[in-house]
Amino acid sequence: MSTHALVAGVLAGPADLDAVPMTAPGPLDKHAMAALVARDIPAGSFVNLGIGQPTLVAEHLPADSGVVLHTENGMLNMGPAAVGDEVDPDLTNAGKIPVTELPGAAYFHHADSFAMMRGGHLDVCVLGAFQVSARGDLANWHTGAPDAIPAVGGAMDLATGARQVFVMMTLFAKDGTSKLVPACTYPLTGLACVSRLYTDHAVFDLGPDGAVLRETFGCSARALVERLGRG
Amino acid sequence: MTTLLCADPDEAVAGVRDGSTVLVGGFGMAGMPVALIDALIRQGATDLTVVSNNAGNGDTGLAALLAAGRVRKVVCSFPRQADSWVFDGLYRQGRVELELVPQGTLAERMRAAGAGIGAFYCPTGAGTPLAEGKETREIDGRSHVLEYPLRGDVALIGAYRADRMGNLVYRKTARNFGPVMATAATTVVAQVREVVDVGALDPEAVVTPGLYVDRVVEVGS
Repeated sequence: MSTHALVAGVLAGPADLDAVPMTAPGPLDKHAMAALVARDIPAGSFVNLGIGQPTLVAEHLPADSGVVLHTENGMLNMGPAAVGDEVDPDLTNAGKIPVTELPGAAYFHHADSFAMMRGGHLDVCVLGAFQVSARGDLANWHTGAPDAIPAVGGAMDLATGARQVFVMMTLFAKDGTSKLVPACTYPLTGLACVSRLYTDHAVFDLGPDGAVLRETFGCSARALVERLGRG
Repeated sequence: MTTLLCADPDEAVAGVRDGSTVLVGGFGMAGMPVALIDALIRQGATDLTVVSNNAGNGDTGLAALLAAGRVRKVVCSFPRQADSWVFDGLYRQGRVELELVPQGTLAERMRAAGAGIGAFYCPTGAGTPLAEGKETREIDGRSHVLEYPLRGDVALIGAYRADRMGNLVYRKTARNFGPVMATAATTVVAQVREVVDVGALDPEAVVTPGLYVDRVVEVGS
């Protein structure tokens, strides 16, 4: 092991950093990150996309992917955002944005929708985050600031219930510190729930031993580890 | 008891007492029983505990009830939104209490109330600040939080159509909390766009059987 023993408490591997491929010439923007997440969602999966950036993933799913989108306010096989005459106040997504229904859509009430989650019937959910720990703890609902009004929505249910939880976020906060941390300092959403982290600089697998670098964008694994070590 | 077909929203919310717990359906404005809430404001009941997914949007519906100063406490999952200025202001002034509940746990606590379940262990929120002070138990190697039923004195819900027996059908994602809240309150009031004759609803399509529904009022679309 080299480079600060792969950043104590965060990076567990791989042992050979030079084997980690750099798969893009520069950091990814949110659309490229969304495309990457879409690439990794198995065909035919039942998927929940969180509010905000994760909704972009839908635009990158191939038309023949057979992926069925779940929205926690009570629908499967949700279609794209509604435009013009399609707008129907009775048909919205979890972000209260008007959406459309695809053939084969189904509606259900809230208790069923969350039973679906908790019961392990959703294959993947994609969430944003303030912080993620190397072991997959998630913090994404509350900054803990004393004047902040907390709001949790379905974040904890999704983090706990989906079979796989993917997070997409920028790797570094505005002040340059890493949002992938040894232990979250923001209030937790769920423990050991995130299995993969997509960021603008790299993709990581998360697990009991820590984070493992899978690929980098615009920098070598070695350079990224240096930067994480400084953060 | 037979479902009462009310002449207007004011009749539908008559008798709500001060200090009641009121379950309010809707997710954002979809399924929000705005006519019933407006009637509740006129009716005057105060010191209410409101259970709803959100804490009001804009200046109508639940936001108007909050603005009228009738709500002592809000039990919800997602109060803070771009257009939740009424709640935000009251909360910052310490004029309304907040119990924050994960969305699925909120729904399941009402389901439990309606289904006669004494309490349940739920993995959601285990190890987070929202589980603090709650009993936990490890089940199948996973931490679970003990959650208690959430019952209302009154439920105000929005549905699409009712028949004269109170059977309800909903429309698209406006269904959201309606069917669960309809099981979990002593008095259940539904505002619907249209009341139809008995026999006009397909029994296979009825989501809330009339047994749960005490009062129905037609409000148009």
